[in-house]
Amino acid sequence: MAGVTWTDATMEAAGTKLHVSRAGKGRPLMVLHHETGTLDRLPFYDALAAQYDVLVPHHPGYSRSPRPDWMRSVRDIAVVYRGLLAELKVKNAALVGLGFGGWIAAEMATMAPGDLSHLVLVGAMGIKPPHGDKGGDILDLAITGYIDYARAGFHDQKAFDRVYGAEPTTDQLEMWDICREMSFRIAWKPYMYSQTLPHLLGSVRAPSLVVWGDNDKVVPRSAAGVYAKSLPNARIEIVEGCGHCVDMEQPDTLAKLTTNFIAQG
Amino acid sequence: MHLMYFTEQPMSAYSEEAGRKFGATALMFPNTEFDPVAGSRLYNNYIEQYMLAEEVGVDGIMLNEHHNAPFCMQAKANIFAAILAGMTKKVKIVMLGNPLPLAENPVRLAEELSMIDMISKGRLVSGFVRGGGQEQLATGVNPAFNRERFEEAHELVVKAWTQPGPFRFEGTHYQHRVVNPWAVPLQKPYPRVWIPGVISKETIVWAAQQRYPYIALNTSIEQTKKIWELYDQVALQAGYVGGPENRGYLIQVHISDSEEKAVENAKQFRWMQGEFTGLAHPVWSTPSGYGSPTNRRAFVEFASGRAQNPRGETSFEQQMADLRIIAGTPKTVVAKLRRILEETRPGILALWGNDGRVSQEDSLTCIRLMGTEVFPAIREIAKELDLKSPFESNAPVHLRYSRDLKPTAKAAAE
Repeated sequence: MAGVTWTDATMEAAGTKLHVSRAGKGRPLMVLHHETGTLDRLPFYDALAAQYDVLVPHHPGYSRSPRPDWMRSVRDIAVVYRGLLAELKVKNAALVGLGFGGWIAAEMATMAPGDLSHLVLVGAMGIKPPHGDKGGDILDLAITGYIDYARAGFHDQKAFDRVYGAEPTTDQLEMWDICREMSFRIAWKPYMYSQTLPHLLGSVRAPSLVVWGDNDKVVPRSAAGVYAKSLPNARIEIVEGCGHCVDMEQPDTLAKLTTNFIAQG
Repeated sequence: MHLMYFTEQPMSAYSEEAGRKFGATALMFPNTEFDPVAGSRLYNNYIEQYMLAEEVGVDGIMLNEHHNAPFCMQAKANIFAAILAGMTKKVKIVMLGNPLPLAENPVRLAEELSMIDMISKGRLVSGFVRGGGQEQLATGVNPAFNRERFEEAHELVVKAWTQPGPFRFEGTHYQHRVVNPWAVPLQKPYPRVWIPGVISKETIVWAAQQRYPYIALNTSIEQTKKIWELYDQVALQAGYVGGPENRGYLIQVHISDSEEKAVENAKQFRWMQGEFTGLAHPVWSTPSGYGSPTNRRAFVEFASGRAQNPRGETSFEQQMADLRIIAGTPKTVVAKLRRILEETRPGILALWGNDGRVSQEDSLTCIRLMGTEVFPAIREIAKELDLKSPFESNAPVHLRYSRDLKPTAKAAAE
């Protein structure tokens, strides 16, 4: 999107070095990316930066942020990000969590429910999806090939090709391996969810939007229901013809859902 | 020279066709292809093989374990070690080895091994391995902490064996309120520990730093020489000189009373479609965090089909020519093994005698010829080449029990 100027900086929170991209003006909004890491720029980030002061930190151990060897849980990342927001003197930010980032956002919300304007969870991990209708287990990184796993995030494979190229580069494969290793270090067992998170979500009073692609092959849609039930002020939006990575597959749709939701107050 | 018999304990009754159709014979290959009736027969066949091995005079029986695959039926090496502890009288029970990172409770592992050592009246050699990548996934153990768990579990097992209890252990991966096992090893200071491996440099370096013998698993002569070069270099830094007592070698050798039959049976060494542990998706055999970060790029290229297997793919004929598979009558086998002994100078030699669908009758013939003809000849060659085992050279069990360290290095060790 024309006119969006991003700045990249290395910041520190709780002694942890973080690569943070920032752009735009307006109310603060933090985007938490997937367990496959993030590209530096994405159309979805640009669309949000047209309206908000957008922060995109690279999770510790993912993409451009170095790995803190001490980290053992996803909650550790959430604490570091709470520290980052305090460091930046950013108050009352909206949180937009994508997949794995949704888990981090949900943890951050429970930690400081009074310091949150809106919570948007998109195909969020972090909760054990009930079996049964549209249920099952979260797709296992450990037994799925790099490209197969990344492709599973998309309903429309042409959308994958647009983002990563039909044949992702070896640099990209290597980055996915680095991200995988970090996911194993902090989310191995139980795999990609917390047993306590659903019980803590009850204190989140901020309006919450739970978004799911109707063909999410990574996090079964049944998890949406648990999130919506556990969060006191939440509603669900299903995006038609879309996979897990709504942000990369239908960036405009997700940006619109987000901005409309925040505009509603 | 310490001479051993080894078999992977193949689950030869599985349907090869089903494996090919599924595209894998490991980890996710459905266990409905496992037939417990055949399993019962095969386990008892392997006991018969081991009993014969002792009868014909092998020095040791080498055991290992794998999971979720027809490649190897042993899901817990300690079970067979316990059986042999009670049933045999003379052979060393050589575990190569227990996968330490898979242990959720290394104190229990220390207890089991102590029981095996006492029941066998001090015949245990307690090797340790990291366990393959697929073993981590099959047992739900985090591959990203594999090496850390290996080293910490080793520390805890050795402490449980040697440090008077009760004591408390507060590690990174293991925490134990009370370590005070009443089963402790008969052998003092503790049973010999040998470390088998194939490619990881880190493991060779670690073994040399401990002064534990390293057992090269079916590597080529050139690869084996490089392993000893690295081992000896680390040994010098640690203050001792590496020798045959630090070197072990496992090689696929099938012996028969006819050359033709031997070669025919040796083809079974490639029964897993030529793969060492069977067909599998590369990300299963090397999950992220399991391998060395220096190999990351080469690995992802292989895993995505952009590069050849770093281990290489060679034909049966090539493996025969490279002496990675040897087959023949005792006479031809001994001549070929002589070359390996001369070039790589091990003090420990294990012959992987039978694999795949080799019949029980032919397996027993192989073992009989191994014990009565091949091993006596190898012992003579070993004498001639001065290849002493750790037992013959009375090598220290661990670096810390060394009495021959160079003074500067000795200070560093303490």
